[in-house]
Amino acid sequence: MNNYVGKSVARKDAKEKVSGLAEYAVDIDYIPNLLSGKFLTSPIAHARIVSIDTTEAEKIPGVVAIVTGKDWPVKIGLYAGDRDILAVEKVVWIGQPVVALAAESEIIAEKALSLIKVEYQSLEPIFDPKKAMESKDILVHEKMVEYNHSPAFNPIPGTNIANHFKLRKGDIEDGFNKADEIFENEFSMPQVSHAYLEPIVSIGHYRKDGSIEVWSSAQSPFTVRYLLGITFATPTSNITVHSPFLGGGFGGKAGLNFEPLAVLLSRKARNRPVKLMLTREENFRSAPIRVGMVASIKTGVTKQGKITAQQIKYIWDSGACADYAVNVGRAAGYVSIGPYDIENIKSDSYTVYTNKPYATAFRGFGHLELHWVIERQNEIITKKLGIDPVAFRKLNTLKPGTGITGNQHRLREDAGSIDECLDKVWIDLSPKKDKIKSFDPWIFRGIGIAGFMKGPAQPPNSASSAYVKFNEDGSALVSVGTSEMGQGTLTSLAQIAADELGLPFEKIKIRGDRDTDRDAYTWQTVGSRSLFMDGNAVKNACINAKEQIFETVSQVLRVPKSDLTIKNELVFPRGEPWKHLSLSEVVMGYMYPSGESIGGPVIGHGTYMAKMTILDANTGAGNPAIFETFGAQGVEIELNALTGEITILKLVSAFDIGKVINPQLCEGQVIGGSVMALSIATSEKLQYSDKGDLLNPSFVDYIISRSGDIPKEFITHFVENPQEDGPHGARGIGELTMIGVPAALGNAISDAIGVEIFDLPITSEKIWSEIQKQKPTLISNLKQKMMEGI
Amino acid sequence: MIKEGTRPTKTLSVILNGQKRVTEIQSNETLLDVLRNKFQIKSVKAACWVGDCGICTVLLDEKPVKSCLVLAQETMNCTITTVEGITHNDKLTELQDAFIRHGAVQCGYCTGAFLILGHYIINQQQRFTFSEIQEMINGIICRCTGYLQIIESILEVNEKQFR
Repeated sequence: MNNYVGKSVARKDAKEKVSGLAEYAVDIDYIPNLLSGKFLTSPIAHARIVSIDTTEAEKIPGVVAIVTGKDWPVKIGLYAGDRDILAVEKVVWIGQPVVALAAESEIIAEKALSLIKVEYQSLEPIFDPKKAMESKDILVHEKMVEYNHSPAFNPIPGTNIANHFKLRKGDIEDGFNKADEIFENEFSMPQVSHAYLEPIVSIGHYRKDGSIEVWSSAQSPFTVRYLLGITFATPTSNITVHSPFLGGGFGGKAGLNFEPLAVLLSRKARNRPVKLMLTREENFRSAPIRVGMVASIKTGVTKQGKITAQQIKYIWDSGACADYAVNVGRAAGYVSIGPYDIENIKSDSYTVYTNKPYATAFRGFGHLELHWVIERQNEIITKKLGIDPVAFRKLNTLKPGTGITGNQHRLREDAGSIDECLDKVWIDLSPKKDKIKSFDPWIFRGIGIAGFMKGPAQPPNSASSAYVKFNEDGSALVSVGTSEMGQGTLTSLAQIAADELGLPFEKIKIRGDRDTDRDAYTWQTVGSRSLFMDGNAVKNACINAKEQIFETVSQVLRVPKSDLTIKNELVFPRGEPWKHLSLSEVVMGYMYPSGESIGGPVIGHGTYMAKMTILDANTGAGNPAIFETFGAQGVEIELNALTGEITILKLVSAFDIGKVINPQLCEGQVIGGSVMALSIATSEKLQYSDKGDLLNPSFVDYIISRSGDIPKEFITHFVENPQEDGPHGARGIGELTMIGVPAALGNAISDAIGVEIFDLPITSEKIWSEIQKQKPTLISNLKQKMMEGI
Repeated sequence: MIKEGTRPTKTLSVILNGQKRVTEIQSNETLLDVLRNKFQIKSVKAACWVGDCGICTVLLDEKPVKSCLVLAQETMNCTITTVEGITHNDKLTELQDAFIRHGAVQCGYCTGAFLILGHYIINQQQRFTFSEIQEMINGIICRCTGYLQIIESILEVNEKQFR
């Protein structure tokens, strides 16, 4: 029986957060002898470092340590070791840290930095991902082959291609021969910023005994710990990583970022701790961003609307490093045809280096991007064939038992249903399909829909664990490795634990901060994996704790363990609640009236291992994910043809998440995620000068959605086809909430005014100029009507 | 500690969250830095330090300001209110309670700013519409929630005042 699962209980951290008590890495200033760290960045996109002169800076009183790349020339990274802590031989993007120093104050640090002289010898840079892919003479990383790569990746020596993922099935030419119509298009989207509000903060302390302690705004403290161990050639047990509450992450704080630099500075500063805190501009220029994408797609379709062949080339602009983004290309590679069952597939996904800021994970992990391509293409097809958009999709969608990685791995029977999601969204949109005649002839209404799927992109041996530790009064502490960055998973995990242990929700404690020494291990807090993976681990830990409790109680009550249950903090044989012991009598060991005691303090542990396989290097076949969450999103818009402005009247979403653990948290993800996606779809773009200098590193020039920009109405549906091996049948949702929005918007514009958009962001200016290009007489006709009206 | 520059220091006296507080400041220090670093008011967060994001909003003489754009020396003898000042022990205000019930909190980094601005809106003793509140909070960025629940929380408490 569930008391909490399925209910909108308030977040565990809500009170701390509304009271201003929640501590973030940025707030930590109480570590004794803390120094301020600052770094000097490269002003050139591609250059050899000729010399670095720090003599003048060293003379400034209060400067404690200065480090350059040569102090620790170890390449770091998650899947590919391609990043210098500080540039060693050459710089590869404007904003790359070159020299860093630690000083008694930030003001001293800044003054000292201004006195450092670096001489560069310029090299030809490369910014365009298509050109970078072809280039053999301009290479961002000449020594790429020497880097350490995870075996799942396939860099191409002598090129800028950091990974090439292939998905192959059937015979592509045969598929095109069977088609009645062939559609060829190109789509793109630019690099964008995560724009989490808390900037990146890393505090490093390299102690005299060689142990390392780090406090960092890190989504994945265990991965940070592991990679720091490799970076500094020290056992993992020598390292402690704390990650307090995060002020947003969205993937941008996954992986290893500025932690090694903070540790390196501390090591040089004679073991004093050093705090690196990025300004917003530094965060834009030097911290990781999201990949850009260029895609070309060729689709063969029958007159009836069956897709016979899909040929795609994705080029992922990863910027100067791809240590995490190689996996964006891989994940988007194996889902590259979207949630469809297609006989003949040839898809190539290339992660390429360019001389721009480097990319990392971003909520959606390539899937918002790939579904922009697939679902816009589908709209263009349905329009041409004159088929209902949902009917067309449903004719081609994956069904349980068909499969992913190009149908080369069969989906579980209980995988969930995209068709149900498409139907639910379409019903809420279609009554408005007959466009309401607007008062003004220059206002056009339209609707658009997009279907999608995504599962967690993680290594096949990704693991989670949890422990449950009881206190004297029968309350319990749950420990997991998942970080709290706003998504609220910890609350859902506490709900699962409360139900499993028969405890009131208030008696479950789950801390918001992570400490790798104290907390149970999890691989990373990414990919919407935590509820499923950690949720199973928590459930298993509770079962294990109950086993210990029942062992003791069965002896005291003289009943078999299998008869026992826990409800309302009482342990009793099923059906006989009057024959009970209270939890508090048992969880520290039970004492008989004689004083003789049995059992002992209860600590339950549980684990969960991903069930996946390594994908075939030539075809992409294999089991890539523990689940796929299916969904659909649609928008209804009003478009002003004279100005290109769009108003979002309605945003409808449906997701098959198996089981809604906490409706309010799920809905919060949907609203927040879809507004973030609208922001990306309509305005966000990192813009560069022809020298590769970022032109908009501020919230004035890089515009993200504000309260006035949100849709007028949100409608959200959750479909609950449970997945047997999910906690209570649940699948993940966090990232899914963004994926369909851009394509749905593009499709709605097409529906409204018959103008096709291929490139994000869809700014008003872009709509207006596309109307001019694609419908040259429309605006002049409207203006004439307007004049006649006067 | 090494002396920072040669700027003369001044004594700043303010009424911070109902208490008289005094500290030494330099002429170029912002209110944001003084609140966070000298008075240890950590609910006031920063995300841009240049007035673009609104995350550092506090009430200065009962009016909302971006504390990164105010020089500390300008606030001599002023009253300053932050989230710490509207919370007493574990008794939450109606607005804080509404934020929790509506799910207006995700990462929490912007929450203090929206609460303080919401507190100001409610103190106007004036009834506002959804779109007026939407407009009034447009100066603060939130990247997590999509704003809807924040607007709804403020609206609910505002409506209650006129029931």
